[in-house]
Amino acid sequence: MARRNNLSHISIPELSLVLLVGPSGAGKSTFARKYFKPTEIISSDVCRGLISDDENNQIVSADAFEVARMIAAKRLKHGLLTVIDATNVQPESRKDWIKLAREYHVLPVAIVLNLPEDVCSKRNAVRPDRNFGKHVIPQQISQLKRNLRHLKEEGFRHIYEMRSEEEVSALETITRTPLYNNKKDEHGPFDIIGDVHGCYDELCTLLEKLGYGIDREHAELISAPHTTNEDGYTRVRKPLFVGDLVDRGPASPQVLRLVMNMVSNGTGLCVPGNHDAKLLKWLNGKQVQLKHGLEKTVEQLGAEPPEFLEALKTFLDGLISHYVLDDGKLVVAHAGLKESMQGRGSGAVREFCMYGETTGEIDEFGLPVRYNWAQEYKGKAMVVYGHTPVPEAQWLNRTIDIDTGCVFGGKLTAMRYPERELISVPALEQYAVPARPIGYNASSSLSIQQQYDGVLDIADFIGKKLVDTRFSHTITIREENSIAALEVMSRFAINPRWMIYLPPTMSPVETATLPGLLEHPTGGLQYFREAGVEKVVCEEKHMGSRAIVVVCKDEAAALQRFGVDGEGIGVVYTRTGRSFFTDKTLEQAFLARVNAALEASGFYTDFETDWVCLDCELMPWSAKAQALLQQQYAAVGTAAGQALPVVNAALEQAVLNNVPAQLLLEKYRSRQEQVTDYIAAYRQYCWPVNKLEDYKLAPFHIMATEGKTYFDKDHEWHMSTIRKVCEADPALLLATSYRVVTIGNEESEQSAIDWWEKLTAAGGEGMVIKPYTFLSKDARGLIQPAVKVRGKNYLRIIYGPEYDAPENLARLRSRGLGTKRSLALREFALGLEGLERFVGKEPLQMVHQCVFGILALESEPVDPRL
Amino acid sequence: MLLTITTTRYPATDLGYLLHKHPAKLHTFPLTAGEVHVFYPEATEERCTAALLLDLDPVRLTRKSAAGGNDFALEQYVNDRPYVASSFMSAALSQAYSSAMNARCKDKPELVELPLPLEVNLSVLPVNGGETLLRTLFEPLGYEVSVQSFPLDTQYQEWGQSRYYQVALKNTLPLWMLLSQLYVLIPVCDNDKHYFIGNHEIEKLMEKGRGWLDNHPAKELIVRRYMKHLGPLTRQALGLIMREEAEPEVNDEIPVPVEKIRLHDLRLQTVRDLLLEHQVTSVADLGCGEGKLLRLLMNKPVFTRILGMDVSYRALEIARDKLKLERLSERQQQRLTLIQGSLLYKDKRLSGFEAATLVEVIEHLDPPRLAILEKVVFEYARPSMVIVTTVNAEFNIKYESLTPGAFRHNDHRFEWTRPEFEAWATTIADRFGYTVTFRPLGEWDDAVGAPSQLALFIIAAA
Repeated sequence: MARRNNLSHISIPELSLVLLVGPSGAGKSTFARKYFKPTEIISSDVCRGLISDDENNQIVSADAFEVARMIAAKRLKHGLLTVIDATNVQPESRKDWIKLAREYHVLPVAIVLNLPEDVCSKRNAVRPDRNFGKHVIPQQISQLKRNLRHLKEEGFRHIYEMRSEEEVSALETITRTPLYNNKKDEHGPFDIIGDVHGCYDELCTLLEKLGYGIDREHAELISAPHTTNEDGYTRVRKPLFVGDLVDRGPASPQVLRLVMNMVSNGTGLCVPGNHDAKLLKWLNGKQVQLKHGLEKTVEQLGAEPPEFLEALKTFLDGLISHYVLDDGKLVVAHAGLKESMQGRGSGAVREFCMYGETTGEIDEFGLPVRYNWAQEYKGKAMVVYGHTPVPEAQWLNRTIDIDTGCVFGGKLTAMRYPERELISVPALEQYAVPARPIGYNASSSLSIQQQYDGVLDIADFIGKKLVDTRFSHTITIREENSIAALEVMSRFAINPRWMIYLPPTMSPVETATLPGLLEHPTGGLQYFREAGVEKVVCEEKHMGSRAIVVVCKDEAAALQRFGVDGEGIGVVYTRTGRSFFTDKTLEQAFLARVNAALEASGFYTDFETDWVCLDCELMPWSAKAQALLQQQYAAVGTAAGQALPVVNAALEQAVLNNVPAQLLLEKYRSRQEQVTDYIAAYRQYCWPVNKLEDYKLAPFHIMATEGKTYFDKDHEWHMSTIRKVCEADPALLLATSYRVVTIGNEESEQSAIDWWEKLTAAGGEGMVIKPYTFLSKDARGLIQPAVKVRGKNYLRIIYGPEYDAPENLARLRSRGLGTKRSLALREFALGLEGLERFVGKEPLQMVHQCVFGILALESEPVDPRL
Repeated sequence: MLLTITTTRYPATDLGYLLHKHPAKLHTFPLTAGEVHVFYPEATEERCTAALLLDLDPVRLTRKSAAGGNDFALEQYVNDRPYVASSFMSAALSQAYSSAMNARCKDKPELVELPLPLEVNLSVLPVNGGETLLRTLFEPLGYEVSVQSFPLDTQYQEWGQSRYYQVALKNTLPLWMLLSQLYVLIPVCDNDKHYFIGNHEIEKLMEKGRGWLDNHPAKELIVRRYMKHLGPLTRQALGLIMREEAEPEVNDEIPVPVEKIRLHDLRLQTVRDLLLEHQVTSVADLGCGEGKLLRLLMNKPVFTRILGMDVSYRALEIARDKLKLERLSERQQQRLTLIQGSLLYKDKRLSGFEAATLVEVIEHLDPPRLAILEKVVFEYARPSMVIVTTVNAEFNIKYESLTPGAFRHNDHRFEWTRPEFEAWATTIADRFGYTVTFRPLGEWDDAVGAPSQLALFIIAAA
């Protein structure tokens, strides 16, 4: 057993489970408090106290242990060092903790306070709560001593023992050392290279293609390319090998020599593959079968000097199972690594890194069936791996297998990090025949990710959810809102593969105080002035329905990019994710026109894309809101329009007969006028739709195209780009008119007000005021991306025909915008996040989480008139 | 919003005495959501008209939505209530004309029971059921009915007619009876009461219906609509009116007649019998709705683990109530789990059951999304046995009320013929390694088969 006297300094792994071992009174708690944070310490006494109000209640020990174990498990799950403050003198009590450490792949550490009996007894004697029998301490000490020698066999990797008070007080520091796999400080850039298997020529060609200079003869790296990152720093690139350098191929020793050189002088990194591990076994004289290409390597090594073999042994022995790099954003392991094992150290982790997981079944080729851990991967870190040869390197849930089977006649692939660019060189020849044909079950025309995305997992969406957004803070989706969203999504929504975006709700401007008005542009201008915005864009607000249009150049693009097969070239959907058109043929005809306009205007070429997502207004309103119009708006109009003249006639007659009803008559005459205005207001937004041109589509934002979003562009850019497309089909597409207004410039502001008055006087709905740049922030974060200013008559169909009677208006003015605005911001952030994730080719569940969140937020109760 | 009552019985101004309202004045009374005014456009000895103007405050109206109402639906803000005769009108009648309705007249008591020639004009009355209903309600009581209807919008004739009518009613009867009949029948026409209906409504109906409701041929309809379709309350009121003994306890279950098993019950029983026959002990009912099948399963102790899943949270709440889950013993509660879920998402909670049932579920999904349901059920949940039932579209021609080509339910996204269903099920069975057999559900017809159809999938032995 490792016994270290008079240590002033000990070190433990930064992520470990530390067991304090020692009898009662040995000073474990004092020791723990001195060297560890209070939250790192789990004391059995405290746990006993928590559940029984008595820290010394031995009856509840079993329950207290359960509590302690639960807390420790949660801490270890979250990657936090944990100290167990209990006597731990019996091997059986330590066994449970070792098991827990293994479960979470952390290293168990024992710090033994093996102090003399008299010291312990003396200490306990002064503690009134420790009045247990005299036999207890001697018994604990004897238990401790009996098994102290076996701590290493029990599984402890680090053991420190202190035998006296002097030794305890001699200790000054406990340092925490990072695990070998922790290379978070290395930020790359890297060129991660797939399974080489002795294909030396291909490897050299690939490295040269990546920009490295290679001395092929001496197997040495001469130069490395540089990359300048976003911050303007230039960095040297580093090759990073995913392992399986050897076997099957023609020149394993040369590959090894090159990689060993790079690793030894720090110009490259390498993790071990299963073939490399087997070679090490052979080098160490262990019994291994010379199969699966090892026989070739062994033969090739026969020509190498013994020094090389010795160096090779050292090299292979020193390889670390996996690396966690770039602040934890990148993980590289030969067979990949699931999230719970990343950055951990245990035999199981090493095993997984080299062999992956198998299902226990044997396939038709007599090989173990691999369990595809990547299918369930939901970790944040990107995992790059090899091991399983595939025809093409493909992303799946932020993981990518870059073993493209070079030795089997495929190609050798590298992934440039952080660029995520794939570079390959073809194999010069087929050096071996795979037992299982590569990609033998790849029959789908969809990518692996798209196949996997076919069925989303409900667990990712229901219950309370937190969604991180890059443009705002983390957004919480409450469980009751998820419940509502699940029903809407399931019953009414379109195919989730299409639904990459939902628009945010839009708040009205601050309530006006001008006579007869509830809303006026000054409120909006004021809002943006206070937010420090210098320029705004006022856009005409069309009275239609919000519509999202996703359109692809052709069905092939729809299949390739969205994984949607046989559902046409795109979709038009509402702000709650429903299909806008019930008639699919009509929808496709409509989209064909939009597509033709995009094509004709050169959009696809200019933007180097074959699809686009547009945020639009689709008119007429009556096309979608027919039922509401007829059953609610027209109905109220009929009822009022018929009843009021009869009332007025009766009142007039009564007044003629000298009944004192003059005031009542005046009130009812004005009610009749309001109703006439109301009927005119809703009629403004209805027209019959018999053919395609009866629809009008007014796009106002270009949300995304292949690989890009346009949140950094200003609204004038959006408007003018869209105008160009609209000009290609003016019968169907409508360019929105707008004004740019300089805040603080009286004349400019007045012109916006005049324009609004003109628009609304002509029956228009009103206008929308947006900050000049799409994404605007103030000191507190995002500001409203848009506020609407609705016209006096339009508001009749929102607040009721008679809302502007002075006595009504006075009451309606007390409306709160806070909830609506907060929702608008959260939905805005989620909407943009979803699109960023989509263009970043993230798994569908990541995109769906955002649109699902928006739908959920839409179920928040908020005054619908806002 | 306006109700006028005219009489031509000399001296017509007696109407003022009967209504306790002086013809030369404007009378105003408060209501919970506004005011009611009474005035006389015309008051001569030959002809006298009393106008009751219901003056609802639209803003106050929206702030007082009933319990359980949706405060956050836009519809309520643009609302016909201020312009029509509805239950608010009944409230206004009893507020403004209470003495007259209660057959009291201080100054001329001899007029109270005297049948008078009366004419009523209503502007406007919403009628759910059109002119036919108006005549059904008023003509048996001796009224001469004339109505005028209006299009929803004169500019858009294609939108059709509205449900609003100018109604003129003529009859000779005591004023109190006219008022009582209007009090009951106006909301019956509208069929949308604004306030909560409790037991006192029954008494009100009894009182106002005195002397005329008993023998009205449309009595049942009147009571049902007056009580707004609240089953038990309606039956209680009907019982009282029919002078039968009221049922001792109001139960929320309507017993199903035993002799004629309804189609849906037959489906459920068939499904349960199949499960019993195959000696299944754990069942997931996917799309359990309000839990009818769950109840059948709970009654059989052989089913030790039952899962009810539905996408509608509301349906699950109803199921929870109907199954009286909270009142079951702990052991019984442990047998049943209710979860909200969706067949369009894979779900670990659905695995580990011997059988899954999808009773009239698939037809509620858009056909392109069926492929996901197939994977969720047959690939991920993968029970040994799956029962799927769906309607048989061929049978639709047997339903006379169904227009050809229409679906039986407005949320059906498709309805399949037998060959269509069988083709689908056979493909699924092949793809996922199941065998499938079919059986009809319901009364058999040689030409079109049964109204519903069932596919039983059994997993192929590994």
